[in-house]
Amino acid sequence: MIAVFDAIGRVGSAVIAGVSRIGYATRFLFAILRHSGPSFMRPRLVIREVYQAGVLSLIIVCMSGLFVGMVLALQGYETLSRYGASESMGVLVAMALVRELGPVVAGLLFASRAGSAMTAEIGLMKTTEQLAAMEVMAVDPIARVVAPRFWGGVISLPLLAVLFSTLGVFGGFLVAVKLIGVDSGAFWSQMQASVDWRYGVMNGVIKSVVFGIAVSLIAVFEGYDADPTAEGVSAATTRTVVTSALAILALDFVLTVFMFRGEIN
Amino acid sequence: MNKKIIDLWVGVFVLIGLAGLAFLALKVGNLLSTNEERNGYEIEARFDNIGALKPRAPVKAAGVVVGRVESIRLDGKTYEAIARLHIFPQYQFSADTIAAVFTSGLLGEQFVGLEGGGDSVMLKDEDRVKKTQSAVQIEKLISQFLFSKAAESPTPTLTPTPAPASAAIPGIAPAPAIGVKP
Repeated sequence: MIAVFDAIGRVGSAVIAGVSRIGYATRFLFAILRHSGPSFMRPRLVIREVYQAGVLSLIIVCMSGLFVGMVLALQGYETLSRYGASESMGVLVAMALVRELGPVVAGLLFASRAGSAMTAEIGLMKTTEQLAAMEVMAVDPIARVVAPRFWGGVISLPLLAVLFSTLGVFGGFLVAVKLIGVDSGAFWSQMQASVDWRYGVMNGVIKSVVFGIAVSLIAVFEGYDADPTAEGVSAATTRTVVTSALAILALDFVLTVFMFRGEIN
Repeated sequence: MNKKIIDLWVGVFVLIGLAGLAFLALKVGNLLSTNEERNGYEIEARFDNIGALKPRAPVKAAGVVVGRVESIRLDGKTYEAIARLHIFPQYQFSADTIAAVFTSGLLGEQFVGLEGGGDSVMLKDEDRVKKTQSAVQIEKLISQFLFSKAAESPTPTLTPTPAPASAAIPGIAPAPAIGVKP
């Protein structure tokens, strides 16, 4: 009997801990927004983080986009040629990339490439008491360390997602037109006829902005909240990647429901 | 020195990001055409059946895209589908234009085809296309084909009387495939 009560108690305390963590993260987001003024007064701090998060992720994101686009075109050809519709390959590649794969895969790559680095950096600063030292020097660590990283991530991810989609469309073009021999005019014109600027491209950009906010918040929060030990930092880094991936996929579903609901029915 | 290099790289990053967005907008999303799509005028066409026509499907005249389907709804009284067609401003159509729902290819998407008439009065904003032609439903075509086949060669076991088949099955054999609704 006592074991049952213990089990229920553990579930309850886990739920309470989870909910209060979400509350803490929300409070943290507002603290970041409140302390964002100084980081925009000194844009070099943000620029440095855009370099760390965005420029250094450029190669992996561009290469992945290229390969994803090429694979999409190959797999699409397999099915579309069965219905004699291989000219629609441009539509398939562009729709899939611009609406879904661009923001989602770029977000996942960004979380593992840049988000984990953010968490580890802030976590290690906390472990080595650099954040505490800043407070002693009357420098607000949220304004000086956390907010620039957050904004660097929020600025970087949409640009990376756009580049992912662009390179993916280019990869699809290479495979479809150069390798398989689909007519290049049909490839582009069908793509332009069905991909809408507002429904397709802008919704993809909005998605990537939301993912950028989510991933950056999770990364800086996990770093700031990490246990100040070696294990604590490593666990926080792992949590960043796992939570970011889950958040991206869940948010993607929600956003897709709201954005493309009109076209389902 | 180091700061300058970081600035340079971030500048390059932002610029190619914006270039990618421009590429997606112009080459993939065809943003330029949406500017002319915003102007123009809207006309209304009532169909008995629109088939699988979707909002934002193209409106074509002689194969040229001249507009988009803005919205589709059902008239609750007459049970007709009302399609609002957005026509680009540079195109004018006469008042006796016929609107028909066509399918591009066998399995392709459906679009509204406009066939211009000879009337000197042109359709204006909020006007209605008077003559429409419904979508061809493949099931109806097949059943018509089957019935007319059965009517052509009546098997002696089924219809022993030598009466003409069209009389035996009235109203089915010579039915017109698609009726133009006045």
